[in-house]
Amino acid sequence: MTSKTTALPPGSFFDQQGKYKGILGWLTSTDHKRIGIMYLMCILVFFLVGVTLGGIMKLELLRPGAQYMDAQTYNGMFTVHGIIMIFMVVIPGLSAVFGNFFLPIMIGAKDVAFPRLNLFSWYLFLLGSTIAVLSQFGGNGPDTGWTFYAPYAINSKTNVSTAVLAAFVLGFSSILTGLNFIVTVHRMRAKGMTWFKMPLFPWSLYATAWIQVLATPIVGITLLMVIAERTLRIGFFDPSLGGDPILYQHLFWIYSHPAVYIMILPAMGAVTEIIPTFCQRKVFGYQAIVLSSLAIAGVGYLVWGHHMFTSGMSDFSRMAFSFLTFIVAIPSAIKVFNWIATMYKGSILIKTPFLYTISFIFQFMIGGLTGLTLGALATDIHVHDTYYVVAHFHYIVFGGMGFAFFAAIHYWFPKMFGRMYDEKLGTVAWAIVFSGFTLLYFPMFILGLRGMPRRYFDYLPEYSSGHFISSIGAFVLIIGIILMVYNLVKAARTGELAPANPWNGRTLEWKVASPPPLENFDHDVEVTEHPYDYE
Amino acid sequence: MEQNHSTTHEHRDDTGSKLGMWIFIFTELLLFGGLFLVYAVFRAKYFEDFHIAAHQLNVFIGAVNTLLLLISSMTIAMSITAIQKNHKKFALLLLSITFFLAFIFLVNKYFEWGLKIHHHLYPGSDLVLTLTHGEIMFFGLYFFMTGLHAIHIIVGMTLIGYVMVQVKNDRINSGNFQHLENAGLYWHLVDLIWIFLFPLLYLIT
Ligand code: HEM
Ligand SMILES: [Cu+2]
Repeated sequence: MTSKTTALPPGSFFDQQGKYKGILGWLTSTDHKRIGIMYLMCILVFFLVGVTLGGIMKLELLRPGAQYMDAQTYNGMFTVHGIIMIFMVVIPGLSAVFGNFFLPIMIGAKDVAFPRLNLFSWYLFLLGSTIAVLSQFGGNGPDTGWTFYAPYAINSKTNVSTAVLAAFVLGFSSILTGLNFIVTVHRMRAKGMTWFKMPLFPWSLYATAWIQVLATPIVGITLLMVIAERTLRIGFFDPSLGGDPILYQHLFWIYSHPAVYIMILPAMGAVTEIIPTFCQRKVFGYQAIVLSSLAIAGVGYLVWGHHMFTSGMSDFSRMAFSFLTFIVAIPSAIKVFNWIATMYKGSILIKTPFLYTISFIFQFMIGGLTGLTLGALATDIHVHDTYYVVAHFHYIVFGGMGFAFFAAIHYWFPKMFGRMYDEKLGTVAWAIVFSGFTLLYFPMFILGLRGMPRRYFDYLPEYSSGHFISSIGAFVLIIGIILMVYNLVKAARTGELAPANPWNGRTLEWKVASPPPLENFDHDVEVTEHPYDYE
Repeated sequence: MEQNHSTTHEHRDDTGSKLGMWIFIFTELLLFGGLFLVYAVFRAKYFEDFHIAAHQLNVFIGAVNTLLLLISSMTIAMSITAIQKNHKKFALLLLSITFFLAFIFLVNKYFEWGLKIHHHLYPGSDLVLTLTHGEIMFFGLYFFMTGLHAIHIIVGMTLIGYVMVQVKNDRINSGNFQHLENAGLYWHLVDLIWIFLFPLLYLIT
């Protein structure tokens, strides 16, 4: 540390709380803020591991032919990459990190409804993640892709059962977090905070929590059935044992499509906080944003079949699922419209969080519109299981949820750590991340349209220029991510002290000290005004 | 964990606690819902095989177990009323009966499973693998569903044991009985699932 570093002011939640000092004090703490930061640390590590695996895959794909690995290694690699990124990074993602840290503060509460259950969820998350890591050792790492499709997942000789068990435990953790948040929102809101005075990030967490609670059990039981089928040969899904592989796909996607909304809704919520603050304008269409969150959560439950257009369904179901998929695009578009309308005529402060926010909107729109290509029956036949899909979901999960996470971490960083990051370095890192991202994933759309299938470690020479550009993009992106993480880690240790309200925000978290005190508020909170009364 | 006073304020919210329990019960119902869905699909597909295979189950033991669970649901509900009226001893007695009935349920299950396994009727056995796909599926589902249910019985018994200790220590009393009520809710869920399992597995012959 440099000599200039001043210590954080006393009285924050970083001070010793229980009877234990240091790391034990954290591991036994039921303080929602500490739990949020513990999630952040884990997720950061997992994300960097996932990014490294992605980078290695792109290194392999730099040129046609086998470079560094054989097909089986590549199969294992995209499987762990997918499992880590989906189950350990983006599904807990914003709701576990920022939800834990900010949901109670933003609704004027001292903690979540069940603080000990909250800590337990974190331990389950850690347990599930450990099992996922263990699945890589002893025998072969799973090679089924993160979707564990039957019958291959039943017959693969790799450690599929361990990975599936990991996903099950992680799902349980997610359910308990959702349950906790629902009760928190129902029961812990401060005096005067009616439902429609609640800020929009808590609203999005609330909608998400319902999906977590209602969708996750289905995948839980499905994963248990996969384990049972592998160990006891019960034959639920393997046709050679009398089972039905399409049934597996239904059960899997009944959860895993709504899971996309578990990822994206809190991301939208975070962005909805950032835009009014950085434009100093009242959010446009508050109620429309609330209702669209709920509509996404509701309709999103009914579109899972669009992952199965080519795997065998009646024409009528295919049309119904396609129609509903188009319907669910509407509430998402409403949100985009509201964000833009909020910016209109605002005095916009272009700083790092805002830069990530607008690139979120940009990329989310590309991801969403290409999703419609995949949701339309005729076009999906052509692009199904090609790089078009890989590009589409990276635009949504990474360009959308990932970038919103980056926006949120920069936005709330001063509050969480009580220090400011280097704005200039942050902007430079954003520029590199954004260009790297575009270079990495945009060519994949073209590759996909030209027929490059996903999940292959090698390709025909005609795809080599696309893959080459894309790999360069991956390296640029990784440099940008390292720079961003470096900037934040440095700031957490030695950054300048942050004021309580660096961006002139209006929601409750900006009315407490940075970092917040132990129980968030010194006195009971009473809310009278709307969360976004700027004018 | 206990000693930590990061959340020092005594926060007690019975409605919140009950709401949490209800949501958890929803998730449990959905968990079994997935299984019932799979059951429905395969019952439709292998109608006759299910019919034949179900003959192997012992309706008598199944019926006894159903009765046991129904009575235990009643006794746990009565224990809540007893606590509300400050009849601590009676509440403890009722809870012990509930616990005991749950235990008998498991003993019956043990013999039922034991007999099946003795007859080589368990998933993956040489005998089962010679049966038709539908019969294999039926036995697979039978063991999977009743097994998962048995795990829930054990969780329920743990909860009942926990509230018994709390009643004993007067932590649960006429002014504070939400934990008991939650345990009761959970136990009713376990009962309810069995009420569906029994006809679907035993009575379709
Ligand atoms: C530097 C960052 C990243 C790079 C270089 C990268 C690269 C890749 C590559 C090369 C594949 C395999 C494509 C194939 O062969 O089919 C892949 C698959 C995948 N990626 Fe990424 N990715 C990155 C970040 C992410 C993030 C942030 C997420 C999620 C939030 C993610 C989720 C996935 C998923 C779910 C798959 C599919 C795995 C499967 O097919 O089972 N990736 N990624
Ligand atoms: Cu989907």
